[in-house]
Amino acid sequence: MKSTHPTIALVGNPNTGKTTLFNALSGLNQRVGNYPGVTVETKKGKFHWQGQTFNVIDLPGAYSLAARSPDEMVAVDVILGREEGEAKPDVVVAIVDASNLERNLYLTTQLFELGVPVVVALNMMDVAAAQGITIDVARLSERLNVPVIPVQANKSKGIQELKAAVAKAVGASPPKLAPSFPPAFEEEVASLGRKLAGDVPSFLLRRLLIDVGGQTERLFKTETHNHLDEYLDSARARLAQAGCGVPAIEARVRYGWIRQATADCLHRPVQRPPSWTDRIDAVLTHRVWGLLVFLAIMFIVFQSIFAWAKPLMEAIGAGQEWLGAWVGAGLEPGPLRSLLVDGVVKGVGSVLVFLPQILILFAFVAVLEDCGYMARAAYLMDRLMARAGLNGKSFIPLLSSMACAVPGIMAARVIENRRDRFATIVVAPLMSCSARLPVYALLIGAFLASPEEASITNWGWWRPGVVLFAMYCLGLVLAPLVAFALKRTLLRGETPVFVMEMPLYKRPSVRIVARRAIEAGWQFVYRAGTLILASMIVIWALLYFPATHPSGDNYDRLLAERQADRDRWEEQADDLAKELEDRPDSDKQRQLQAMRTTIEAMDDEIRELQQAWKAQSYLGRVGRWLEPMVRPLGWDWRIGLAALASFPAREVMVGTLGLIFQQGEGDASEEGYQLQLGRRLQEATWDDEPTRKLFNVPVALSIMVFFALCCQCASTLAVIKRETHSWRWPAFTFVYMTTLAYLGALLVYQVGSLWSGV
Amino acid sequence: MQTLDCLGVGQRGRVEAMAGTDAITQRLYEMGILEGEELEVIGLAPLGDPMEVRLRDYRLSLRRSEAARITVRPM
Repeated sequence: MKSTHPTIALVGNPNTGKTTLFNALSGLNQRVGNYPGVTVETKKGKFHWQGQTFNVIDLPGAYSLAARSPDEMVAVDVILGREEGEAKPDVVVAIVDASNLERNLYLTTQLFELGVPVVVALNMMDVAAAQGITIDVARLSERLNVPVIPVQANKSKGIQELKAAVAKAVGASPPKLAPSFPPAFEEEVASLGRKLAGDVPSFLLRRLLIDVGGQTERLFKTETHNHLDEYLDSARARLAQAGCGVPAIEARVRYGWIRQATADCLHRPVQRPPSWTDRIDAVLTHRVWGLLVFLAIMFIVFQSIFAWAKPLMEAIGAGQEWLGAWVGAGLEPGPLRSLLVDGVVKGVGSVLVFLPQILILFAFVAVLEDCGYMARAAYLMDRLMARAGLNGKSFIPLLSSMACAVPGIMAARVIENRRDRFATIVVAPLMSCSARLPVYALLIGAFLASPEEASITNWGWWRPGVVLFAMYCLGLVLAPLVAFALKRTLLRGETPVFVMEMPLYKRPSVRIVARRAIEAGWQFVYRAGTLILASMIVIWALLYFPATHPSGDNYDRLLAERQADRDRWEEQADDLAKELEDRPDSDKQRQLQAMRTTIEAMDDEIRELQQAWKAQSYLGRVGRWLEPMVRPLGWDWRIGLAALASFPAREVMVGTLGLIFQQGEGDASEEGYQLQLGRRLQEATWDDEPTRKLFNVPVALSIMVFFALCCQCASTLAVIKRETHSWRWPAFTFVYMTTLAYLGALLVYQVGSLWSGV
Repeated sequence: MQTLDCLGVGQRGRVEAMAGTDAITQRLYEMGILEGEELEVIGLAPLGDPMEVRLRDYRLSLRRSEAARITVRPM
């Protein structure tokens, strides 16, 4: 983005109110952006001051510019003007938490060395005052030799003054004061510069020396510098000899300088008064009470995405049906109508249906993060998650995935470490989500509920509950195991740093929460929605075509005709029934009964026609062709076809089974429909052996296990693509889950058959 | 001489030395854990790990394995 307007970069530690300040500066005028190759987001906005426009970039929060990953390198690259397509900023605004001045200034002193004018925005003076900390702002500005502007971002105080200071700083000279490193260190920097040749900024040379195993090392190694490793090793050894070993030297120099600079302008009470945070934390991080509160909060979060979202999702479903009917009414039966109604409208509906859950979960995550609780939750859960090689922050994404993996995967953004985030994202779809429930309910209801129909043993009334619980446990047990394996193979690397600040508690800002929820929703619809829609249309086409009946007519039109016929008969029957109510007549009663029988026969005919159509569709043919592969799971081609058709969205399984087993396509969540379909399934027999029942307990279990483990959800894959910025991870997730599902179903069927002697 | 992970809740210590040159040690330095700095253990998570520590003007949570790199003199 080339622009003639000055560019301002906003940099600061996490939890300093940086986002609030960015919002206060740029108002609603902002957009989220990504740089190639990184997974962190940067926000861009604009503000105006005295007729001039300024671009603002909100860089990811950081404690230091010592980058250890491409994600952390973004801030350094942007400020040094090394990020492609991005103008070098004219001014850097360092936002600093006044209540924790020394540690916040560490990053600020690094910014002093980047050759860009710096303005310090001193935030949270009120919090500092409450802790008895006083800061002499004028003197601090003098000591640091940069403008220091006190602001209260959450009350929009000091924003005008900050804008004025920023406008003044454009074109000014970069900070003149900065912590000075020992001569031995500076000599090493100079000789490293000579060795590398080219125009390497001195800041990067320092990083190269200090950050053992850091991102700069990786960067220069790939840039064909031979023997860099050996050289760095010897240079670092020389530094250690000279008494300024890395990385300690940087912290000693910077904190020493900061202590001196703040000595006469920062006053702290000798006895720290107990703060609100101390009192709240005494409960919230308590071994017993803390855990209870945590569980209660998690229950509310889980319940909300599971239950509160339901009415909204149902409303979206109803809206979709209404729209489908409205669109369909104006069109002749045929491919176009079917494409619009069954492909496009259904596809759009299946994108929008996730929105309530995403909005609710993200509102919760934003509240928990903004008020400071997220760090406590991670603290409480860390030990448990560490066993799977993850960290405490993976807990909420995984728990949320039990309602729906789509918002769960998006919630994994709170995990800073890239490898931990990816491992969490890849295992999240293993958690049993709410879309699997109708499949479990149907099969458990039909084959595992009543003991008299059981073929294994006569278990008690508790069997349905146990089976359902087991299906949920499957994901709960396998997800950590897969994560554990991944962290030792594909996502292997040095142990991520867990060292985490426990920020002060504060009241969450409604604006930040609303903004985050809406942003997440929009990103999902915009970036993942198109992919989901496309896959829904592909599957629609595979199930629709070829649509030519052996008679040469179109299946769709034939069905519409039969349906219209049937509806006419029903109308007549209803009229007759009403007439009979007023004036009973035995002749007419018989006539009505005959009509009802005819209607039933017509229903059967319609269902048969539907089944025949789906069976000869392209997907049906693939299903038949795949039958040898699903036989070992105890399935025939029809079950295979239903499973295949459920790959874009597993919730269509029940409806597809309905189509194939001649119950018609009904509402999967409706109990009556499930009951009838269950009966159809109980009666179903093998095509080649009409006396042998198709379904039994091992077959039902094998289908359920397959559904528990398989990634039959285009939305999940689209979101994984979106969050990892790569096709590799969704492809990997799809392959490993399908393999796991197949093997799991195979094992369950084979062992189950042996055991029950079927 | 002890390491930080051996301190009990409520105990204080002064940092004597830190081991290692990798990212974890660097992060500890950056967060202000320097030789001579005062630390106080203010709590342990339910399973005994990680631990919560107060230093300078803020609170930090770190795993025991990370705390084991920090040699402290109990106060």
